Amino acid sequence: MSTIVLAEELAAGYSGKTIWRGATFKVDSGDFVAIIGPNGAGKTTLFRVILGLQQQLAGSIRVFGREPERGSPRIGYVPQQHVVDEESHLESLELVRLGLSGREWGFSLRSHDDRDAALAALGSVGGRELAHHPLAELSGGELQRIFLAEALVSNPDLLLLDEPLSNLDMRRERDLLRLVNEVVRSRNVAAMLIAHNINPLLPYLDKVIYMANGKVAIGKPSEVFTSESLSALYGIDIEVLHDSKGNLAIVGIEGHHGDE
Amino acid sequence: MGFSWNIIADLQQIFSLQFMQHAFEAGTMIAIIAGIVGYFVVLRRSTFVAHAFSEIGFAGAAGAILFGVPAVVGMLLGSTLGGTSIAVLSRRSSHRDVYVGIVLAFALGIGLLFLSLYTGYATEAISLLFGEILGISALDVARTLLFTIVILAGMAVLYRPLLFSSLDEEVAEAKGLPTLFIGIAFLLLVAVAVSIAVQVTGVLLIFSLMVTPAATAQHLASRPSRVIAISAGISLAVTWLGLFVSFYQPYPASFFITAMVFVLYVLVRLFHRRIRTPGEHRTDWRDRVLRSGKDYSS
Repeated sequence: MSTIVLAEELAAGYSGKTIWRGATFKVDSGDFVAIIGPNGAGKTTLFRVILGLQQQLAGSIRVFGREPERGSPRIGYVPQQHVVDEESHLESLELVRLGLSGREWGFSLRSHDDRDAALAALGSVGGRELAHHPLAELSGGELQRIFLAEALVSNPDLLLLDEPLSNLDMRRERDLLRLVNEVVRSRNVAAMLIAHNINPLLPYLDKVIYMANGKVAIGKPSEVFTSESLSALYGIDIEVLHDSKGNLAIVGIEGHHGDE
Repeated sequence: MGFSWNIIADLQQIFSLQFMQHAFEAGTMIAIIAGIVGYFVVLRRSTFVAHAFSEIGFAGAAGAILFGVPAVVGMLLGSTLGGTSIAVLSRRSSHRDVYVGIVLAFALGIGLLFLSLYTGYATEAISLLFGEILGISALDVARTLLFTIVILAGMAVLYRPLLFSSLDEEVAEAKGLPTLFIGIAFLLLVAVAVSIAVQVTGVLLIFSLMVTPAATAQHLASRPSRVIAISAGISLAVTWLGLFVSFYQPYPASFFITAMVFVLYVLVRLFHRRIRTPGEHRTDWRDRVLRSGKDYSS
């Protein structure tokens, strides 16, 4: 097991304004980590720091033992927003191929290699039969699988998934999480996944990074989702309730999404 | 010199005339370039920007004519300068259309002033605005060839990163691609392409080769390389046909070109709806939210 991301007293924000501080955590290979928190808590900012798209304001961060560097081929990234052109009939396979060869200048001389790799990546997300479907005709869940394949095609050691569940219904949400979990376990990659709702993730998670109120709490879900730890984070009284199926409900924060 | 049903004899007759030879040579290169570049213009939703380039180029061309410089030089200067400043100033701005519109209107006004200061006003204006493919000289053909080579080489180098950053900008950026540079480099190639394409279509009809063929081709193929090939094929076919037809009657070639691409686009859209079978891949509102790229969750 090797360390993929190591952060110490990390702080980040925009134009000198700190969004959160004091993040100390470690992500190892094979870890499935959720990043949970209210809107504007800076979850995507953490991804941007890891991707080398943004400098931290304080503390240190190491990704694969080095300063984050933009363009690391060892990171597979699925951003929150993907614009799929409804006018275009572009097939899924082409997008997945670009995940491998899109950063190469000039024409491809080995286009069959990246085609095969793209088909294999589609196969690993159960999307082999979607290869020749136009992106514009896929459902939300199918699209997320294609984006996951695009991120996986370069064989990354770290997956960063920004709100992949946000437009999915409950069934598709569960299917996608199972798939991500399978990828994490079978390839021994680390996955960091931003979400609003912790409950569907609970069966799979190794760690949770909870961001709120400019602070960050890290640990196993059972450690982070306690009345004490969340009360300390928010600085107000918060109660974490458990139902008979093991689901969590967080009481005391207005507009919070953990209790959806 | 009339049309006969003996096509071989017709073509022999057409190609015996030097201005027709030039028209076909330049037209062929321009059609191919416009078809290729047009794919990315459509993909990147830069149609308005492409149009603006040609109108800013118009001001440059009108100025060039006034000062006795070849129009294409002024055109190129205007469209590249205007294009670069638009690209830099309005990057990622939701008001890009507004900026473009403001610059465009100003540029057209300047072009008008230049032309009215010039004595050969009417004919020059018409050929700049609507194209004058039958007036292409040997020098124009050579210049078009040079620009064609530049654009083809540029597109060949940019191809995959440009495709990547057009389809999936955020991931391309995270993967280390210089997306701003790619965007500007592409706009410069568009500016060069526009400045030669106006010889066929004129400033105002630039869409007929730059946008419509690519927009049509997008509905006929699902791989970028095929879409590009079809797009170039369409603009080549309509340019040749337009030239051929315009040889036999007094109306301008650019009219026939615009008419043919329009009809073709409408036919493809009508037909395509019918032969397409969405089957189980029907969209629901969730997909639309995702697809429109709207940030729905935060």
